[in-house]
Order: sequence, then structure tokens, then C-alpha cells
Amino acid sequence: MKSSVITFPGSNCDRDMDVALKKFGFKNKMVWHADAELPKSDLVVLPGGFSYGDYLRCGSMASKSKIMQSVINFANSGGMVMGICNGFQILVETGLVPGVLLRNKYLEFICKNVFVKINDKKNKYFKNVDNEVLEFHIAHNEGNYFCTNDQLKEIEDNNQIAINYCDENGKIEDQFNPNGSLKNIAGIFNKEKNVLGMMPHPERMIDTSLSGEDGSLFFKNLINNLK
Amino acid sequence: MKISVIITLKKDVLDPQGKVIHQTLDGMGFQDIHEVRQGKYFEIDTKETNNDKAKAKVEEMCKKLLANLVIENYKIIDPK
Repeated sequence: MKSSVITFPGSNCDRDMDVALKKFGFKNKMVWHADAELPKSDLVVLPGGFSYGDYLRCGSMASKSKIMQSVINFANSGGMVMGICNGFQILVETGLVPGVLLRNKYLEFICKNVFVKINDKKNKYFKNVDNEVLEFHIAHNEGNYFCTNDQLKEIEDNNQIAINYCDENGKIEDQFNPNGSLKNIAGIFNKEKNVLGMMPHPERMIDTSLSGEDGSLFFKNLINNLK
Repeated sequence: MKISVIITLKKDVLDPQGKVIHQTLDGMGFQDIHEVRQGKYFEIDTKETNNDKAKAKVEEMCKKLLANLVIENYKIIDPK
């Protein structure tokens, strides 16, 4: 399986993602944002970080960079595109997934482990994950998911919510919502579910010497689902 | 020609920064405030000399980059 990780000026989780993808069997290539062509890929990842210093709105500049036209075309033809953290912010700015990510409700940069509940497993990202709840890491200032009422209705009707913030038993409540996200949304799909945007970082949970291994479950499963 | 644009958050969108500014102003003694909403202001100096054409171009910029229409409104200020 071939993957590509796009590096924007200010990306800082691109190398971690490279390590994670390779650990679970992907042949990964790093792709510079100013390139026009995407290498042949089974998965494209927009990594976390602070592309363009978060100027204007997080992800807004990166969403207009040269490589993104190829990524958008790839996604529109059914290609698997995953945006993590800043990558999620870039995805919403391209319009590939609906909504926006606002400043965290209590204006704090949040850096901690959280639990997320998988809302939908009928997709290549979460199919066959045994767990209902995963422990992932979040580190962001703008992860407060918001969309219009019309968009929310559409997202819910199409079952596009991927994961919600919850407690360790999978209880989705306001008190387990770290950033004020609408409906505790931590990640969403496009309609076709080939594009996933999520705030949590699975690539930070792939080794026992890090703070957990639920990211390993995610990546092992992902590569098997893509085969 | 210089054209100005003001971007504001839509009414129903939570503005935590505006809220904190409101609270701070309140603490400073400015206690007669209903609400504070924070926005953005741009000055665009364009080579275009035709007023209507310049405004149309800036409108396109607003829709494509300067504003995110899910949460923001834009207002183009007429060049003087």
C-alpha cells in the first residue's frame, strides 16, 4: 500500500505520520506542498501542525496551495484522504468535508489524551476495529467543530460523524467535550466516506513508550482495509 | 485603488474572544455593553482603476479566501 504525506510550511506532525505509516506497512512518500503532482497513492494524509502560521484562518492558506488541487481531484475520484488536526482544518477549508473549526470554547490550547467513540464503522477507516472507544491524543487551539443547522441535518442523515468525544466507557456528554465542538464531534467524513477529517492524532499512540497503542489498532486496521 | 473589507462572524456563531473582551471591558468599568463581537479588517490596494471592476474582484477574493462563508459575513467598503 502506498501513502503520501503532504508537508506544508509549518507542518510539524508530518514526520510522526511518516513513522507511523511505515511502521504498519505503508510505503510512504513525503510530498512538498508546492509540487503539482501527487505520487500514485492509496492514501493521502494531511498532517498536523501550523501551516502558514495559522494566518487568516487555520488551514485557509494551505487549502489553496498547489498540491491541494491534485489532492482535491484525488478525493473527488474516490481516493482516500485523511486530515489530522491542522489537516482537518485544511480539509474544511477546501470544502471536502462540511463545517469549520473555531477557536476552542475556553480559549485554551488543549494538549491531552481523550477518548473517542467510533460512530460509524461502515467505512474503510474504522471497519473491523474491535473497540468501540479509542484513546487518542489531541493538541489544538482551534478544534471547536461548528456547522450550520442545514449542514448538521445533512451530516446526521448521511451518518457522516466519524468519532465523538466521550469518556472511557463511550458516554458522549458535554463534560467530556474538550473544546466546545457541536455534538462532541471529533471527526467527520465526506458523504462518500473516503475523506476523513479528525482532530485527534492516532500517530501519537503507536508505541508503548508513547502514551498508548490505540493508534496502532487504527493503522493496522486501516492498511488491512485498504488491501 | 484602495478597497477595505470588514469580516464579521455571523450572528449565531459563538465568539469566545469577543466574550472575553466584553468581560475585560466590564471589569475595567465599561459596564454598559450589551455584546462585543471581534472581526477582521483588510485594506487591499489594487492596480484596478475601475471602481465596479475592483469591487467585483474584491468580492471574489472574499468568497474564495478572505471569508469563510459558513461562519463569516463580509462587507466591502466603497472606495473614496
